Amino acid sequence: MTPERLIDFVYDEAATLDEMRWEDWLALFHEDGRYWMPLEWQQQDPVLQPSLMYEDQLLLTVRVERLSGERTFSQKPKSRCHHLMQRPRVLSLGQEDGIYRLRTSFIYTETRGDHLERYSGWVSHELVEVEGTLKIMLKRVDLINFDAPFGNLQLFI
Amino acid sequence: MERYRGNPRAVENLVKGHAVHRDVYVDREIFDLEMEQLFPNSWVYVGHESQLKDPGDYITSKIGHQPILVSRHKNGTIHVLHNRCPHKGVKIASEPCGNTGKFFRCPYHAWSFKTDGSLLAIPLKKGYEGTGFDTDKASKGLPRVENVQIYRGFIFARLSDTGLSFEEYFGDSLSTIDNMVDRSPMGEVEIIAAPIRYMHSCNWKMLVDNQTDTCHPMVAHESSAGTAVSVWEREKHRFTETPMAVQLYAPFMSPYEFYEGAGIRVWPNGHGHSGVSGSIHQDYDDVEGYLEMMVEAYGETRAREILGDIRHNTLYFPNVMVKGPVGILRNFIPIAVDKTLVESWAFRLVGAPDKIYERALMYNRFINAPTSIVGHDDLEMYERAQEGLLSDANEWINLRRLYEEGEPEDVTEVVNGTSERQMRNTFYAWRKFMVQGMDQKAEVGA
Repeated sequence: MTPERLIDFVYDEAATLDEMRWEDWLALFHEDGRYWMPLEWQQQDPVLQPSLMYEDQLLLTVRVERLSGERTFSQKPKSRCHHLMQRPRVLSLGQEDGIYRLRTSFIYTETRGDHLERYSGWVSHELVEVEGTLKIMLKRVDLINFDAPFGNLQLFI
Repeated sequence: MERYRGNPRAVENLVKGHAVHRDVYVDREIFDLEMEQLFPNSWVYVGHESQLKDPGDYITSKIGHQPILVSRHKNGTIHVLHNRCPHKGVKIASEPCGNTGKFFRCPYHAWSFKTDGSLLAIPLKKGYEGTGFDTDKASKGLPRVENVQIYRGFIFARLSDTGLSFEEYFGDSLSTIDNMVDRSPMGEVEIIAAPIRYMHSCNWKMLVDNQTDTCHPMVAHESSAGTAVSVWEREKHRFTETPMAVQLYAPFMSPYEFYEGAGIRVWPNGHGHSGVSGSIHQDYDDVEGYLEMMVEAYGETRAREILGDIRHNTLYFPNVMVKGPVGILRNFIPIAVDKTLVESWAFRLVGAPDKIYERALMYNRFINAPTSIVGHDDLEMYERAQEGLLSDANEWINLRRLYEEGEPEDVTEVVNGTSERQMRNTFYAWRKFMVQGMDQKAEVGA
């Protein structure tokens, strides 16, 4: 595994979201993969500590299908999003456990109609290689102000 | 021009029972009057005892828009104080919670106060000698809220010196708090983490109305719960059991008939709950070992009675909702006429299996978070209503579903679960607590 390939993966993943290719984005997840947005600083436990999101493929699929639903009124008009990212830092090339780890600083913008909201933080990726393809085991999004009250955050950081 | 201050009749005329005037949701003067009248006259939830385990522990809170400090004193007593230095008005505590040690110290001029609010020391105090300072309110320390009641760990306060007693105000509605606490084999619940916070661009009462609005889930949440059901139907062949997530989402899509039969109970003073004889919380999987614990603690009959009470949402007037079977309390904190901060707390049942707390946390993030698809559905409706109400085409909000002429106020009653009876009930109470004491104030003002 090369650092460049991992870094490209992280950039490409963000591009699937910015381009609203939701199905392609879902396909990047391992079947046991999770998307996690903690609600505490340096949170350890997604199950017995509160989180904003902790979702498996089934729940992420619900979100994606909801976005295009005819009666999804909170998407009339539709939201759009933009990921601005610093170069990902490769934290592990998986020598010990086969899990590649990266951490990336971001500014995320989500807009809908006349409204624009901006979020900052770090995204951590845990990737594995399955039959030559990289898959997301865990995508963790730590917002810098996780404890602040937001309005609707409808797409994916 | 002020239309409502000092004019209780004009305020009362906003509530007709089967309709309320839009000004209760969109008028700034009405919002100000809610802060001056309604919230001080009501018993308002300010926090939970488990957040104040040790002497010196404190939490900050609000009653209406007034900053409040709740503190555990060295002798174990809990005090509700105004979070305002008697000197220049600086907030004494700025964080949601913490431990202040033996005393509070104002960061501006170092006035200090014991954890019961009394004045401890002022630097260079001789500067006040012979000035008449001892006759000032400021010399008494942090102003204390006198009317405080802790009910099974839940701390309520009433700012107004006069008004209904705690028991009179809540009456039988306390049975929902009882049920939530009794679900712990130890008879104790606790807060061990921060709430989920969610900012709403709407009036706080839109959330209050929604708690017993049983005609919206199958419509507004078709996008979230409905999609969850359809994805599950397609994917379930890959599973051996129904995930907790599906169990939580799917019942939102129950048909009208289900909600009709489930019933709504109203109590005096604006309290009430949906889900009398059934609710969307009734079919969750049993958690291994839990029933045995409960039977051990309460005996078979009582344990089954506690767990069989699956009431849905209980609205504690004015601005709190308790969901007993899940272990959640939501606080609808008014910020402005069109802005509301919603803080949703998950409670841990002391002594119960972790799985139950896991479910409370999951429910909270599915339904009550800014990242929650069910939340997105609801907030979209509130925001559209907040804007739509500016239309002059009709100044009234319709609450006539299952209305009967001469409907009694301030009674206990069980009605059809799709009735808008509980919404009307909260507005009868709203009217009462808005004008309470208003005549006297008008006279003083004149």
